[in-house]
Amino acid sequence: MLGKLDWSAIPFAQPIPLFAAGLVMLALLGAAIWVTRRGLWSYLWREWITSVDHKRIGIMYSMLALLMLLRGFIDAIMMRSQQSIAVHGAKGYLPPEHYDQIFSAHGTIMIFFGAMPFIIGLMNFVVPLQLGVRDVAFPTLNSVSFWLTASGALLVNMSLVIGEFARTGWLPYAPLSETTYSPGVGVDYYLWAIQISGAGTLMTGINLVTTILKMRTPGMSYMRMPMFCWTALGSNMLIVAAFPILTATLAMLTLDRYLGFHFFTNEAGGNMMMFVNLIWAWGHPEVYILILPAFGVFSEVFSTFSGKPLFGYRSMVAATLFIVVVSFFVWLHHFFTMGAGADVNAFFGIATSVIAVGTGVKIYNWLFTMVGGRLRFPTPMLWSLAFMVTFVVGGMTGVLMAVPPADFLLHNSMFLVAHFHNVIVGGVIFGAFAGYSFWFPKAFGFQLDERWGKRAFWPSLIGFVLTFGALYVVGLEGMTRRLQRTEVDDWIPWLHVALAGVGFMMLGVAAQAIQLYISIRDRERLRDLTGDPWDGRSLEWSTSSPPPAFNFAVMPDVRGEEAYWGMKRRAIEAQSLGDEPAYESIDMPRNSPTGIVTAFFATLIGFALIWQIWWLAILGFLGTYATFVVFAWRDRDEISVPVEEVTRIDRARRAARARHLGQNDEEPA
Amino acid sequence: MSSAAGTSSDPHRLGHGRNEDDNQRDTTGHGQGGPASKRIVVGYGFWIYLLSDIVLFSAFFAAYAVLAHATAGGPSGPQIFTRTRVAVETVCLLLSSYCCGLASLGAERRSQLTTQLSLAATGLLGAAFLAIELSEFAELMARGATPTRSAFLSSFFALVGLHGLHVTIGLLWLGTMMAQTWVKGFRPAIMRRLLCFSLFWHALDIVWVGVFSIVYLLGSRA
Repeated sequence: MLGKLDWSAIPFAQPIPLFAAGLVMLALLGAAIWVTRRGLWSYLWREWITSVDHKRIGIMYSMLALLMLLRGFIDAIMMRSQQSIAVHGAKGYLPPEHYDQIFSAHGTIMIFFGAMPFIIGLMNFVVPLQLGVRDVAFPTLNSVSFWLTASGALLVNMSLVIGEFARTGWLPYAPLSETTYSPGVGVDYYLWAIQISGAGTLMTGINLVTTILKMRTPGMSYMRMPMFCWTALGSNMLIVAAFPILTATLAMLTLDRYLGFHFFTNEAGGNMMMFVNLIWAWGHPEVYILILPAFGVFSEVFSTFSGKPLFGYRSMVAATLFIVVVSFFVWLHHFFTMGAGADVNAFFGIATSVIAVGTGVKIYNWLFTMVGGRLRFPTPMLWSLAFMVTFVVGGMTGVLMAVPPADFLLHNSMFLVAHFHNVIVGGVIFGAFAGYSFWFPKAFGFQLDERWGKRAFWPSLIGFVLTFGALYVVGLEGMTRRLQRTEVDDWIPWLHVALAGVGFMMLGVAAQAIQLYISIRDRERLRDLTGDPWDGRSLEWSTSSPPPAFNFAVMPDVRGEEAYWGMKRRAIEAQSLGDEPAYESIDMPRNSPTGIVTAFFATLIGFALIWQIWWLAILGFLGTYATFVVFAWRDRDEISVPVEEVTRIDRARRAARARHLGQNDEEPA
Repeated sequence: MSSAAGTSSDPHRLGHGRNEDDNQRDTTGHGQGGPASKRIVVGYGFWIYLLSDIVLFSAFFAAYAVLAHATAGGPSGPQIFTRTRVAVETVCLLLSSYCCGLASLGAERRSQLTTQLSLAATGLLGAAFLAIELSEFAELMARGATPTRSAFLSSFFALVGLHGLHVTIGLLWLGTMMAQTWVKGFRPAIMRRLLCFSLFWHALDIVWVGVFSIVYLLGSRA
């Protein structure tokens, strides 16, 4: 009846997961009670859960990401403390089978459910606003994408208390992940969680590529798109081209595990190195999927807070597209040690060094953007500057490992761990925080508290440098990754330094939480009245904060690069906003529960397949098909915002702008 | 978009003013004219999806190419492939695509009868293709050539089966489309979905050409 599922799946003997799960359940229960007492369920359902508004979906993506980053960070704290304690023959507090699950869950959660949703959330929120349009190409599909990602996150977190998670690392290398060596449900949790959320990510990729290529406001030609839109385009093209490889690879592993196929097994002609090749043919483009939008954020931030157009816009576009293409020619550097031969290794080594040139171009462009600018240093700018300094180090250690002979020494060492944390934390996460603090006022209508933003930034940066600096050193001293305990005395001081770094980062995380609390509490003081708190240059700043559901009452008219900067200049010169436009009623897509219903059935399917409860899986598939039919049958897919409503909302925005214009006779820059 | 296209004094001097003639062109979706029409957006998005689907297939093709000779002492390609059956299969699928084309023409002319009949023929031929494929699978399994026998057979069953799975899902979609067209008529949303369905169905043909050539033609050579 319940397949492999029985009471032994609940880890009654292990206090840590039980305690953690209890805490999470209590928090959820508390939240549910709070929502019920406030009578917010119908508001949540109407305005958020069934919303197909790209802004709401973007915000929900970012909230999911923040939660999952916290979850992954707790894993990180446990690993760092275990390695600091488990020396001189001490066993530490995490037994090996538990420790292995923690490092696997840490990587899986951080990449798939922390970094990815954060980046996708920012793109979802910002791209249509920057393009001057009212929504993405496929709004309901967008909601399905989000909820499928949430479904995957739910499955991974369920593995904490029902069964176990993979012990294979964040990429389940075969044959370790085959049933012979991983008979439990851990790898199955991984497979179905990633397949479900991967489907969501692929749909996001299709959606945003179509949006950027086919839906732009009049006058917004390719060479007038803000840099963030370009990098989002690059990232989403990579999603479309790379994610199917992930789906295929994991499907092959699933066939091996469930039906006894021999893609990657030791027996019957299976080829385990094919798994490594395929997974990295997705995996390396994946790191550029993550970093490109972050590069876009930095471009916007440097330009805005230097009061200058982005230096070398065209070379920046070229560098982005160069990275998009070359990212498919470097995957083998993840396993030079496979022994493909000198020629193959040399090719991939050179390609890996060459791809750094694209990033180098960007670094210089950002530097020259700042040269001669009128610089301001609010929180987003601090994260961006910290990125630039630390990312150069991370990039150089990457080029170092791109040399195959050096890689034979550094492969799977803590040096590698330090390198990719250096680029992913220093690049993607700093970028996500820069974007979060930059666009927060646009999303919610009030700014984040600057003092606490800086208090969050400094300990995070110090902790980051301490932790990964120390890991570089132990890596050079020969420490390999994923060790549950160590016996080498020379490493101990450095492991303690790394743990101290984590302590600093905990302060940073706490300060971020306090910042959010303080900002919500003092939102009247921090209110963004004009919609343009940073003196911005692209179209998202031309609408109010938060933007109305339809984003723009009339489609913006773009007359040059830096669309909004041009509009502002014209308004300042004329000391007038121009005539009131002729408003029309606006058709907007109707909300739909399709997303959450699909995700509900996807979760059922995933859970049923993990535990091999076949009838439940069939039920899930029937439900998904029924959802598809119901969606196809609906007659009204749009609602009309009446012209009076549009006029009222836009007059309020124009009034705020006109007041602002009257107060600031001098040009802002 | 209609308001933007109608503006004659369009100020969009794109390309740094070098192509001033471009201003007069109604180029929706290319920067000057604003967002493209829904029909174009939907078709374009679906093309992008098809490209991603082809990447999915290419991974399975690559796996097949790697494992084609890993027979582990079990049956090899020439021993299990029969060209005549595959030829009949191929004819079914190609004719099915032809009928799907007829359905598109019927939908253009808003003819319920032509559309429904053509779609039904599309589906029947697709089902025939699937039935032949399943009988091939059943026969191979009965002879002991199961996917668990060798890596070669694993990759063969996975690649051909993935295509078969696409056809199956296509058939489900086809049934839904026929019902929708029947109940709701040829309204714009249905027309866009018919377009996407026919793109999908033709794309499966293209993939089949790959399967046919790489698996069956190359594989049946001794």
